[in-house]
Amino acid sequence: MEAISRRNFGRLAVAAAATVPATVRSQTAPSGPPIRIGYSMSLSGGLAGNGRPALLAHRIWAEDVNSKGGLLGRPVELVHYDDQSTGAQVPGIYTKLIDVDKVDLVISGYATAIIAPAMPIVMQRNMAFVSLFGTGVNTDFKYDRYFSINPTGSNVKETFAKGFMDIAMAMEPRPRSIALVNLDSDFHQRTAESARFLARQHGLRIVYDRAYPPSTVDFTPIIRSVQAARPDIVFIGSYPPDTAGLLRAASELRVNFQMMGGPMIGPHITAQKLQLGPILNNLVVWDVYAPEPTLQFPGTQALIERYQPLAAKENADALGHYVPPLAYSQMQVLEQAVKRVGKIDQAALAADMHANQFDTVIGPLRFDALGEWTEERNLYTQYQGVQGNGIDQFRKAGTQVILYPARYKSGDLRKPYTAGAA
Amino acid sequence: MDPDLVLLLNGIVSGLLLGGLYAAAAAGLSVSFGMLDVVNIAHPAFMVLGALLVALLWAATGIDPLILSILLTPAFWALGAAIYVAYHHFFERRGDEAIQGLAFFFGVMFIIEVGLVMAVGPEQHFADASYANTTWRLGEIDLPLRMLVPALVALAAIGGLVFFLRRTFTGRAIAAVAQDREALRLLAIDPVRIKRLAFGISIAMAALAGGALVVVQPVDAWSGHVFIGRVFAIVIMGGLSSLGGCVLAALAFGVVENVTATFYGPSWSPAVAFGCLLLVLAIRPQGFFGRTA
Amino acid sequence: MSDATLPAMPVSPASRWMGHGSFWLAAAVAALLVILALRGFGSEYAYFAATFVLQYVVLATAWNILGGYAGYVNFGAAAFFAAGAYTTVAIGKALGLGLLPCIAFAALVGGALGLGTGILTLRLRGAYFAIATLCLSVVLQTIVVNWDYVGGSRGAYVIRPREVPWLFDSYSGFLCAVMVVLAAAAVALARTIEKSRLGLGLAALRDDEAAAEAAGVPTLRLKLVATTISGAMMAVAGAPLPYLGSYVEPNSAFGLAYAVNAIAMPLIGGTASWAGPLIGAVLLASLQQAATVTISSAANLMIVGVVLVVFVCAAPHGIIGLFRRSR
Repeated sequence: MEAISRRNFGRLAVAAAATVPATVRSQTAPSGPPIRIGYSMSLSGGLAGNGRPALLAHRIWAEDVNSKGGLLGRPVELVHYDDQSTGAQVPGIYTKLIDVDKVDLVISGYATAIIAPAMPIVMQRNMAFVSLFGTGVNTDFKYDRYFSINPTGSNVKETFAKGFMDIAMAMEPRPRSIALVNLDSDFHQRTAESARFLARQHGLRIVYDRAYPPSTVDFTPIIRSVQAARPDIVFIGSYPPDTAGLLRAASELRVNFQMMGGPMIGPHITAQKLQLGPILNNLVVWDVYAPEPTLQFPGTQALIERYQPLAAKENADALGHYVPPLAYSQMQVLEQAVKRVGKIDQAALAADMHANQFDTVIGPLRFDALGEWTEERNLYTQYQGVQGNGIDQFRKAGTQVILYPARYKSGDLRKPYTAGAA
Repeated sequence: MDPDLVLLLNGIVSGLLLGGLYAAAAAGLSVSFGMLDVVNIAHPAFMVLGALLVALLWAATGIDPLILSILLTPAFWALGAAIYVAYHHFFERRGDEAIQGLAFFFGVMFIIEVGLVMAVGPEQHFADASYANTTWRLGEIDLPLRMLVPALVALAAIGGLVFFLRRTFTGRAIAAVAQDREALRLLAIDPVRIKRLAFGISIAMAALAGGALVVVQPVDAWSGHVFIGRVFAIVIMGGLSSLGGCVLAALAFGVVENVTATFYGPSWSPAVAFGCLLLVLAIRPQGFFGRTA
Repeated sequence: MSDATLPAMPVSPASRWMGHGSFWLAAAVAALLVILALRGFGSEYAYFAATFVLQYVVLATAWNILGGYAGYVNFGAAAFFAAGAYTTVAIGKALGLGLLPCIAFAALVGGALGLGTGILTLRLRGAYFAIATLCLSVVLQTIVVNWDYVGGSRGAYVIRPREVPWLFDSYSGFLCAVMVVLAAAAVALARTIEKSRLGLGLAALRDDEAAAEAAGVPTLRLKLVATTISGAMMAVAGAPLPYLGSYVEPNSAFGLAYAVNAIAMPLIGGTASWAGPLIGAVLLASLQQAATVTISSAANLMIVGVVLVVFVCAAPHGIIGLFRRSR
């Protein structure tokens, strides 16, 4: 029943924030009927590990807004249902939200598999829709009121792996061959496609290029085949359970590559950071945020500091560096558009989102015609000097330095990658 | 050495180690499904239950995960015995264990998984063994202890179980119950008591397998799904009631998977393995290592 | 409900066909009434909830033809369901056809798949058959994941047509009406099978296959017919899925929920008659849909598990069985 009480707690927290904000100095208390924001969120099932931190960030946002006098003077209220990480539940949830709960605004839950099934419902009602961590959702729908909170931008093929390749090609001596490994999934097929495309452009020889299925238990054969192909650099796209398996296998097989990494989603989750520890050293990982001084925006640090005690209490991801900043930004985009428009008008909101820049905890954003970021912001970071398995080293700058893009660069590449071997 | 040969040898060795994990996961099922005819589809879920309990206890105490899983076995034995009592009362006694019993365990599986999510959350949990970062090397062949130790512990446990089934009176009674219930009655042994004991053992083996699993990889509440098909495939290929056959089938399954992954890419390895099983079922339903019918 | 009991003595063909005719008519009328009622309700959410429940009515009824009547437990319901969904994707992409022809194709594909399963598993009984279907599911999923034409592991988008067919107020309404018709047809078909010679043969197969064979029941042929029909109907249940969500990907189309529900629903309702899966599906699917939007946590999955365990323990013959016993 823990989940229920958590949900109730969330309501209570929002309600409390909505009813007793008089304690906040000088701000006027929000009044009138609440502005209801509806969405589906994965609180159980495979996506819940990231869905729950996203929800915490949303709740922090709601408390922040309500304590500052609400939105348009009205309190905000979050209405969300658990989709169990199953896309099939999503259409029902959104029709319920719109038809029965009569929410004023909708946003998306976490990841493509949850965003895409919501699209037809949202499109039918012509509502503005800010999504979270969806890749290429709108390429088929071409919905002009869709806005994506995802740093990859709209031209994934040409930009996603650019940072990785640029770093690699700047190495001395220049690498000549590359191995590509990816999980057979939507996101990682796109990332591998980008790496493949850019590798050809740079004239790199692709000596290994294979996808592995989600049910893989043992990753030793993959790493061994990669080793046997003798690439200079290795680009891997994987999700949490596999990332641990791949890196463990890499450590056991004593790999030694000039550079290894890519979108290895795994160390983004705190538990895995801690478990892998020194194996992460010199791994070049795609990320969306790292606690480096070059990547601080108004509110970022405050959000992380609010999030961590809450997460500890609710047993969610301890550091909250991955999803929460983006989830909070998702709400900030909505908030700023509503404030500028001055009323809940879906067409005007969408027009505003297309026209203006948004200042969020992950930096300034602008949306293009398809609702993707006009300027992609794929970060390539490198773990450096990780010792043991303590959590505190990951809180401070210098452990996960940013190598790319140049405007956020906070450290230099170390090579080779040896999976923790001295 | 020829690089392809090294790849092949390493593929086989890592397949054998993976097979050790599969053997641990399948051995309990070989007792419940193979010997007792209880189609416990929730077996991998019990394994995950064990794994997550080990992970929690490890976080609290820091004791080696495999030792923790051995400490858990009595509790799991009792759990298994209790479940068998319920199963017998509701299904076996009434004689409609086939479909209803299957559905019962399907429900149990759901309850375990969702219960785990509600209790420990949907995140992955892990437990580090002190040897997990060590790899032994024999020439060109790698033996990561992360895979080797769980495999050896599992094989030792299975060996012990085989010994128990062959050499002790109760053990032989369990083996007998698989073949002829009535004969046991003639010996004044209560077949229900024997089956309860045996089902308890099968769930205790799941706890052990859980310990092995959590050493090998991080575990979440759904980690068992990957294993459902594999363990049933292994038990059937192994010829049901034969533990030795089960181990051989598990090792074969691991080797086929890893060699396929090494040479033809990992995306086809599940289909190859399960395709093999479908063929076995179609051509030789008693399994490779089973007695000819 | 006299028709819920298996007729033990041969019925004259004439009266049996009359019975079937009137049942089909009744099913058609019921379908029409449901469509009109939903139309009167006019809420998009009602359409969705109804479509969700009805897809399970078709799936559970289909499963029961093999599982309930013949006693063969199919763990691979999700594979057939997904085969239907992916037929819609593939046919829609290749030939540009709408939903209705896709459903017909899905029936063909599902039927062929069912026949194939039947042939491959001719010699298997009980748990072996169940495991074989489970394997089939894995193999099929691997094939779909590696089949780029239907999107592979990326999943495929199926955009709903802009114009709404015929008199419907929205595409969801149309989809829901299609599902109502499919469900009514599935239930009527199940009853027809149950009351026909085929149903009697399958029941004999379930009770004692060897004895049935000895008594001259063509067990082999009956089993193949049952796997084919059951497979075709499950695929039909899955065919509208891409239009329901606009996006299908292998993990959700082959989801465990479909396999579990396909088994749980008939068992809870009662496997011996056509009404069992209908009652079970309506009850359990409504409960799940309601729980999704009320409790909304992992706990609503718990309901399925607990209800299933309680029912198989306390009411082994399902809800139908409870009523029959209390009479």
